[in-house]
Amino acid sequence: MELKLPIYLDNNATTPMDPRVLEAMIPYFTEKFGNAASRNHSFGWVAEEAVDYAREQVARLIGANEKEIIFTSGATEADNLAIKGVFEMYASKGNHIITCTTEHKAVLDTCKHVEKLGGQVTYLNVQPDGLIDLAELEAAITDKTILISIMYGNNEIGVVQPIREISKIARRHGVLFFTDATQAVGKIPVDVQADGIDLMAFSGHKMYGPKGVGALYVRRKNPRVKVTAQMDGGGHERGMRSGTLNVPGIVGLGKACELCMNEMAEEADRLSKMRDKLEKALMQIEESYVNGNTEHRLPHTCNISFKYVEGEGLMMGFNKNIALSSGSACTSASLEPSYVLKALGLGDDLAHSSLRFGLGRFTTEDQIDYTINAVTSTVNKLREMSPLWEMFKEGVDLNAIEWAHH
Amino acid sequence: MAYSEKVIDHYSNPKNVGTLDKAKTNVGTGLVGAPECGDVMRLQIEVDEQTGVISDAKFKTFGCGSAIASSSLATEWLKGKTVDQALSIDNMDIVEELNLPPVKIHCSVLAEDAIKAAINDYRVKNGLPELEAEKKAH
Repeated sequence: MELKLPIYLDNNATTPMDPRVLEAMIPYFTEKFGNAASRNHSFGWVAEEAVDYAREQVARLIGANEKEIIFTSGATEADNLAIKGVFEMYASKGNHIITCTTEHKAVLDTCKHVEKLGGQVTYLNVQPDGLIDLAELEAAITDKTILISIMYGNNEIGVVQPIREISKIARRHGVLFFTDATQAVGKIPVDVQADGIDLMAFSGHKMYGPKGVGALYVRRKNPRVKVTAQMDGGGHERGMRSGTLNVPGIVGLGKACELCMNEMAEEADRLSKMRDKLEKALMQIEESYVNGNTEHRLPHTCNISFKYVEGEGLMMGFNKNIALSSGSACTSASLEPSYVLKALGLGDDLAHSSLRFGLGRFTTEDQIDYTINAVTSTVNKLREMSPLWEMFKEGVDLNAIEWAHH
Repeated sequence: MAYSEKVIDHYSNPKNVGTLDKAKTNVGTGLVGAPECGDVMRLQIEVDEQTGVISDAKFKTFGCGSAIASSSLATEWLKGKTVDQALSIDNMDIVEELNLPPVKIHCSVLAEDAIKAAINDYRVKNGLPELEAEKKAH
């Protein structure tokens, strides 16, 4: 097989849509265009039937009942609905939420918003491997705590949090447990019953489905969870999310979930083998470091820092042919590197030197081989022109230098 | 963000990467930036003591493509100029030549700082007064 360029290794940002998903969606743009809320004619019934079927496909993937699935525009909306919705609904019970510093901005910024509304939020630090400390979590719970919001798998480093242990702690204290599982659903087995999850956000475009559609799982039994709607309107989705349903998107999300359900085990095995090959080869490079826990990790993700070279400069060496992401933020005005890597305790220098590799369903072995060669040769080339590498090789202690900060 | 062709060219074929002997009195070394900020430039000039002309310039840079290109361009511009002429190199000249977008202007500022720092080092080594502060740093 011929090597296909450019190579897409940014599947944690978004995934290409599986052609089988597109095929399922197409009729719902044209001849089956009905509004799922139209109760009095066949156009509406056809649309509603498609939505019901998709709801079952989604529910099956996560071990839920289809009545517990609330369709949204994506994970960001689902995060907002879960956190703000619980904060409002359970206001009489308390106002304290516990989350952690490595969450996605959709969770962190929503928590910041809740603080402005009078909420109290505890941001747990993570350990150097990216996992939260369960004792710290339990110690943070007060009689005002209504929600624990801890992500399933991290988007930057792929670290998978101890979800079952977290939910046990939440249960013990009568606190609801919400997880942003955007990177995990469809990639690793996620079961809301076995995992003890009360609310869970995820989206279509991270699992080979369409953009603009996602879902919030809201538990209906033991306990029955309710969230206050964040948009007023026609009372769709059991009153929790108004707005005409995105039928083609929902059909696509459903199909994507079905494919993940059928292919996950084989796919995770294939991707983790390729990821491990990539990681092992790149760790042959002197002064390279894997970021985050490698045992509790999504199968398709790895994040590596190549000390003494800067991430964006590094990517420029091959970004014509390889698409991936860096923890460096030289393009942003702030020049602040990844807050996730900094939360692990990485110095700014290592955070600036990181690359995130996100493999996916369409990644091939020869693409991985190409990537290994391209990254290795670019790291070597840039180190030849790095003053820091030269100083390191001469035994200069870089920490002892008084740098002129801009 | 797409890079300009000139940035790509300097990145792919950087001019004057290397190290001059910093112990020599006619070599000035400027090391600016910080690893924490994601940019460190080291720029060196070697001055012909007879003519005051910069006969050689070398750089090594840790940073993004624009930082590498800015320092590569700076070394090209320095060669053949007198030390005094070199002081007139302005960061905005670099911005213009490389078509740097606004978020990358700091790379050009760093290159100008590196030039000034190298010249200062040369001046101090040769018993000349340091440049006044506003010319030295931003």
